[in-house]
Amino acid sequence: MELNLQELNKTEYPIPVELQSNVAITSLSSVYNWGRRNSMWPMLFGLACCAIEMIATATSRFDFSRFGMEVMRATPRQSDLMIVSGTVTKKMVVPIVRLYNQMPEPKYVLAMGACASGGGPFKEGYNVVSGIDKYLPVDVYVPGCPPTPQALLYGLIALQKKIDGQSLSVADDVPWYGVGPSEPAPVPILGPDIIDPRQMDMIRRQAEAAANVKTEEPVYHLNAVRELPALDAEQAVAVAARPKASTAVDESIEMKSFSQAGMSADAIEALRVKRRENALQRKAARLAKEG
Amino acid sequence: MVDMTIPEEQVVTGTIEDAIDKLKQRFPKDVSDDDRQGYSGVIISSDKLQEAARYIKDELGFDYLSNATAVDYLGEGVHSEDHLEMVYHAFRTTGGSALVFKAQTDRTNATLPSVTPVWRGADFQEREAYDLMGIKFEGHPNLQRILLWEGFNGYPLRKDWKEAYYEEDHKPFGSRWPAGHVHRAEEKSVFGKNVNYPADIDLSRLNDVSESTMYKAFGMGVDTEHVVDHNGVQTDQLIVNMGPHHPSTHGVFRMIMEIDGETVTKLEPVMGYLHRNHEKIGERNTFLHNIPFTDRLDYISSMGNNHGYVMAVEQLLALGAKYNPPTYRAEVIRVLMVELTRIVNHLWAIGFWLNDLGAFFTPVLYFVQERERILDFFEATAGSRMMCNYMRFGGVFADIPERIHSVSNLINDRVRDFDTMKFLTEMINERIPRSIDEVDEYLTQNDIVQARGMGVGYLSRENAIDYSAAGPVLRGSGVAYDVRKSDPYSIYPELDFDMVVETEGDMYARYLVRLGEMRESLRILKQLLPRLEYTHGESVTENNSAYSSKVPIGEAYGRVENGKGELGFYVVSAGDKRAAANPWRYHVRAPSFINLTPLGLMSTGGKVADVVAILGSIDIVLGETDR
Amino acid sequence: MNGVGFAKGMWVTLRHFLETYVDDVRYGFRKYAPDLDNFETRQGVDAQGAFTVQYPDEKVAVPERFRFVPFLVVENYDHEERPGKDWCTSCGICAKVCPPQCIWIVRSNDPETGRPVPEPEAFFIDIDICMNCGFCAEFCPFDAIKMDHDYELASYDRTTNHIFDKDKLSKEFRYWNTIAPTRAVEEAEARGGWEHKDVQKEARRGGSTRDKKADAARAEKREAVRARKEAAAAPKAEAPAAEAAPAKEEPAAEAPWNDDEEQKRKRREAALRRKAARAAKRAEDGDS
Repeated sequence: MELNLQELNKTEYPIPVELQSNVAITSLSSVYNWGRRNSMWPMLFGLACCAIEMIATATSRFDFSRFGMEVMRATPRQSDLMIVSGTVTKKMVVPIVRLYNQMPEPKYVLAMGACASGGGPFKEGYNVVSGIDKYLPVDVYVPGCPPTPQALLYGLIALQKKIDGQSLSVADDVPWYGVGPSEPAPVPILGPDIIDPRQMDMIRRQAEAAANVKTEEPVYHLNAVRELPALDAEQAVAVAARPKASTAVDESIEMKSFSQAGMSADAIEALRVKRRENALQRKAARLAKEG
Repeated sequence: MVDMTIPEEQVVTGTIEDAIDKLKQRFPKDVSDDDRQGYSGVIISSDKLQEAARYIKDELGFDYLSNATAVDYLGEGVHSEDHLEMVYHAFRTTGGSALVFKAQTDRTNATLPSVTPVWRGADFQEREAYDLMGIKFEGHPNLQRILLWEGFNGYPLRKDWKEAYYEEDHKPFGSRWPAGHVHRAEEKSVFGKNVNYPADIDLSRLNDVSESTMYKAFGMGVDTEHVVDHNGVQTDQLIVNMGPHHPSTHGVFRMIMEIDGETVTKLEPVMGYLHRNHEKIGERNTFLHNIPFTDRLDYISSMGNNHGYVMAVEQLLALGAKYNPPTYRAEVIRVLMVELTRIVNHLWAIGFWLNDLGAFFTPVLYFVQERERILDFFEATAGSRMMCNYMRFGGVFADIPERIHSVSNLINDRVRDFDTMKFLTEMINERIPRSIDEVDEYLTQNDIVQARGMGVGYLSRENAIDYSAAGPVLRGSGVAYDVRKSDPYSIYPELDFDMVVETEGDMYARYLVRLGEMRESLRILKQLLPRLEYTHGESVTENNSAYSSKVPIGEAYGRVENGKGELGFYVVSAGDKRAAANPWRYHVRAPSFINLTPLGLMSTGGKVADVVAILGSIDIVLGETDR
Repeated sequence: MNGVGFAKGMWVTLRHFLETYVDDVRYGFRKYAPDLDNFETRQGVDAQGAFTVQYPDEKVAVPERFRFVPFLVVENYDHEERPGKDWCTSCGICAKVCPPQCIWIVRSNDPETGRPVPEPEAFFIDIDICMNCGFCAEFCPFDAIKMDHDYELASYDRTTNHIFDKDKLSKEFRYWNTIAPTRAVEEAEARGGWEHKDVQKEARRGGSTRDKKADAARAEKREAVRARKEAAAAPKAEAPAAEAAPAKEEPAAEAPWNDDEEQKRKRREAALRRKAARAAKRAEDGDS
C-alpha cells in the first residue's frame, strides 16, 4: 500500500535523469488520496452485534491500526469514516443521520453486516430500517452476520481502494470537491411511524387516497425499488408463464417484477399477451380435465 | 468470598403447592387454579391483584419477582374468550421453583393494577407491557413507552397488529416459496421502507413530540431559574443527556441526568435504540427458527442464550411430543460451552468496566487474547465466532470435532491443525488460569480500581432483591442466589462449585464476584474434561433430523444463569388444538434489561464520572436490553 | 493505597510489552515467512506475546465447520456424464427452515411435457438478509447447499451484487471437497458413495434410457443458454470504459493485493504439500 515512486514519475513532464530520484511529479489527487486513505479515522460508534466484531478488529489479533485506522474518535467532528456496525432501528436512525451531518467532509460510510446493508434477519421488524442506504450514501457494503474481522478488513481495504480512484478534477466524483457546501442528509422524524422528509409528498398522497379524497393526480406509482438480477429472455418468459399463486402484493401499485427488469415496453407487452394466452390455455386444459 | 447465612426469621419454606393452598385459603373467591392444558399456577382476579401480590411477597416469602410479561390471547381455538393476560413468575431467594400467577383483562380497555409498589423490579417490565401490548397499569409511578417512542402508532405485540412487511400468519410455510415471485419485502411497501402509516395521518401537525413528552414525564426540564445554594456557591441545575451515541454506554443506550454541579440528583435510563422486534419475529418463526435469533440477544454469550431457549422448549416437548431428552454427553458439552462463554463474558465485562474507569483499552487488549482462542474453539465446533447457533432441542448441532482443523483453500494458505482435546486441556489447565491470575494481579490491588470502585454504586441487599437485580449485581449485594444452585438444571447438581457472594454491594464487589466466578467456571471446566473423555462416542445429535417439530400446547419458563444474570424464556405454545408449529408467545426475561431498573437508585448522589462506571459494572448488552 | 497495586499493574504492563518481542526473537527475521510453520505456533495455545495476523498477507484459515453465506453444489464441470448438473432438487426444505426467509426457489418444468423436473430453474439468496445460521446446509437431504468459506465479499453496490443468483451461488462439488474434506467424506459415507443420492438410486435401479434422453436434451438446452449469455456478455467486456462505473466492478477481481491465479494455485499447492508432510509426521509420531 505504499506510494510507488516509479509510478509517481510516470508523467508527461520530462524529468532530467539526474533529478529522478529527488523529484516526484504526481497528480494532486494521488497525494490527497494517499494521505486520506492512510489516516482514516473511524467513529467510535457501535450499534449491535457487529460492533463486537469491529472491536475485535481493532484489538491485538487483527489490529486495524496497521491501516492507519487505530484512532477511533468518539466525536463525529474528528472522524472520517462511519462504520455502521449493526441493526439500524427507526429510533436510532435519527441520531445516526445527525451524526453523519456533523462529520466534516470528506466522509465515508461503511455498512457493516447484513443488518446495516439491507435490514438483515430483523428486516421485517416494525422498528428496523431496511438498510442505512435508505438515508445515507454508503461507500462499501460488507456482508455477513456478523462479518468476521477479516471480512471487515477486506471491506476497509476495498474502501481505501475506492478512495484511490477518486479525483479532484472531476467535480461530480465526490460531493466535497464540488463548489459550495454540500447538502446535509435530511433528518427523519419520529411520528406515528418514521417519516422521511423527502417522502412527504408521497405520504400525503397516500393518506389522501386512503381517506378517499379525490386528487387530480393519480395515486403514486412506484417502480420496483430494487430490481433483481435479470434472467435472460427465455427464462423470463418461462417464469412469467408460470401460474401465479395468490399474492399479497397490492395490485393498485404498478411494479416491475424481477423478470421484467431491463425489458423494453414492447417486450413487457408481449410478455403480458403471452402470459394471458398461457393462462387461457391452462384454463382450457383444466376445464377439459374436469369435465 | 463470604458464606452468607440467611437470618432465620426471613426463611419461609414449603412447597409451591402449600403456597398455592395458603393463597387460596386467604383469597377464596379471587384465586383459582389455572387448569388450561399444559398451564400451571393460579389466576388472580384483577381487583385483588395488588393485595394478593403483597401477601405472596410478605407472607409466602416469594420476595424475588423474576419475570412479568403480557400475552395476547386472541382468535379462535386458543383459550376461551379473547383477553390479555399478565403472567408473573415469583421466586424465593432461598431457592426453589416459581410461583406462577396471572391476571386477566379484556382487550378493548386493558387495565390492571400495578405490582410495582410491591416489587420495584416490575417497573420496566410493566412499562414494556404497556408499550408493546397496551395494558394500562394503575398505580404505576411512571407509565410511558419504554422501547418505542411516544406517539408510535399501535401496540405492536398484539396479535392483530401487522407490520408493513408482514407476510403470512405462518411465515415459514408457503410465504415466499414456491410461488416464483421474487419481490423483496420493501417492494411491497409503497415507501420502500418498512413503514406503516395510519390511514388518517395528519402531516400538518407533524412534529417530533417524543423528546419533550419524555422529559416532562420524567419530571425534568431545563430550568435555568432554578438556582441551588451550596455554602454560598450558586450553581444551576442542569439536564445532561448521555447517549445514545456515547463511547461509554456500551452500545446505543441513553441516560438523562439531572445534575447539581458534579453530583447526579436524578437519572433516568432511556432505551429502545436497538429494539429489533425480537419477540414479534419470534412469534412468527417456528420454534427451531428462533435458535439463531437467540444468538443475537446477548451477543457476547450466545451459547448461554441457546441453552435457556432450548431448555424452555424442551419443557414443552416433554409434555407429549416424540422426543428424546438430551444424552449425558450432550449435557456435558452444553455446560462446557456455557462455562467457556461465562469466562468470555466476564473477561469482556471487566475489561470494559476498566475502560469506563479510564484505562483506555489496555486491559481489554490483554483479555482479548484468551477470548480469541476460546472463539477459535467455538468457530471450529459451531461454525461461527459469535453467533454459535449450537444447541438443538434434545442435543447439540454436532459433536466436538476431533481436530480444530482448517484446510488451505482458495482464500487461505496458512493452516492450523490442533487436537481439540489437547487444545481444550491446555486452555483450561494452563492458559485461562494464568490469564485470570493475571487479571487478579493486575487489577485487584490497583489503587485506582479500589478508589473508584469501593463504596460507589451501592445497592443494598434489600434493594437488590426488590429491584429484581440478577447475576453479579445481585450476588455483589450479598444475596446468595444463583440459578445453577438455587433452581438447578442440566448437570450442575453433580458438579462441585461454589457460589461467589460479596456483601459490600458496590462496584468493586461486583468486580470481585466476576473474578471469583471465572475461577469457579474453571473448576467446573476441569471436572468436565474427564466426563468428555468418558462419554466419547455417545450420540449428541439424535433429535436433529426434525426441522418442523410440532410442540405440544402449554407454557414453559426456562431459565439459566447467564453471564449477565438470570436469563429466562417464557414460551407459550398455542393456536393449534394439539401442537403448534410456532410459539404463540415468546418472551425473553433479559437480565440486562431488568438490571437497569436500579441504575437510577445506584447513581443518585454519585458523580457524573461514576455513572459511566456504574453502568459498566452492571454489564449490559444492548441486544438483550432492547431485544 | 500505598502504591503497591500500582507497581504491580505497571509490572504486568511491562511484561506484556516485553512479551511482544518474544516471537521476533524466536523467529528472527523469518517471522512471517510462509514456508515455516510459525503461523500455526503463533496462533496456537503455546503462543506468547503478539499474535497479530497480518491480514491481507497472511490469513487465519477458517475451520471446516465455518459458515458464511451458502452456496449450491453442482457436479464438477469436467464430470463425464453430468457436467455442471445441480445437486439441488428444488425440494424447498432450505427455504422452509431459513429463519429470516432469504431463499427464493423457482422450480423448473420440462419444456416439452410441462412436468416438474427436480432441479431449480432459478435460485436466489439475498445475502443482506441471510444470518449465516447454517440451517439450510444442516437440513438439506441431498447435501446440495453448503456454507461457503469465502468471506471476502465486500462490494460497492448492494443492489447489483448482494442478491446471489444461481450462477453466482453454484460451485463445483470439488470445491466443497477442498474446503471441508473431512465432512465431505463423512457425508459421502452417509450417502453411500461420492455421487448424488438420486444418481446412486438410479444406478441401483439400472437406470432408464428415457431419463438419459431427457438429460441430454436438458444439457443441450443449457449449452445453448450459456452460449447466448456469453455472446451477450462479450460486447460489455469489450467496452468497460464506456461504463465508467468503478462501483459496479468486482473489487476482488482487480484487487491489487490479490495474486494472480497462477501464484494462488502455487501457494495452495505448497500449503497442501506442507499439510501432507505434517500429517505424515504426525502419523509417524503416533506410531512411535
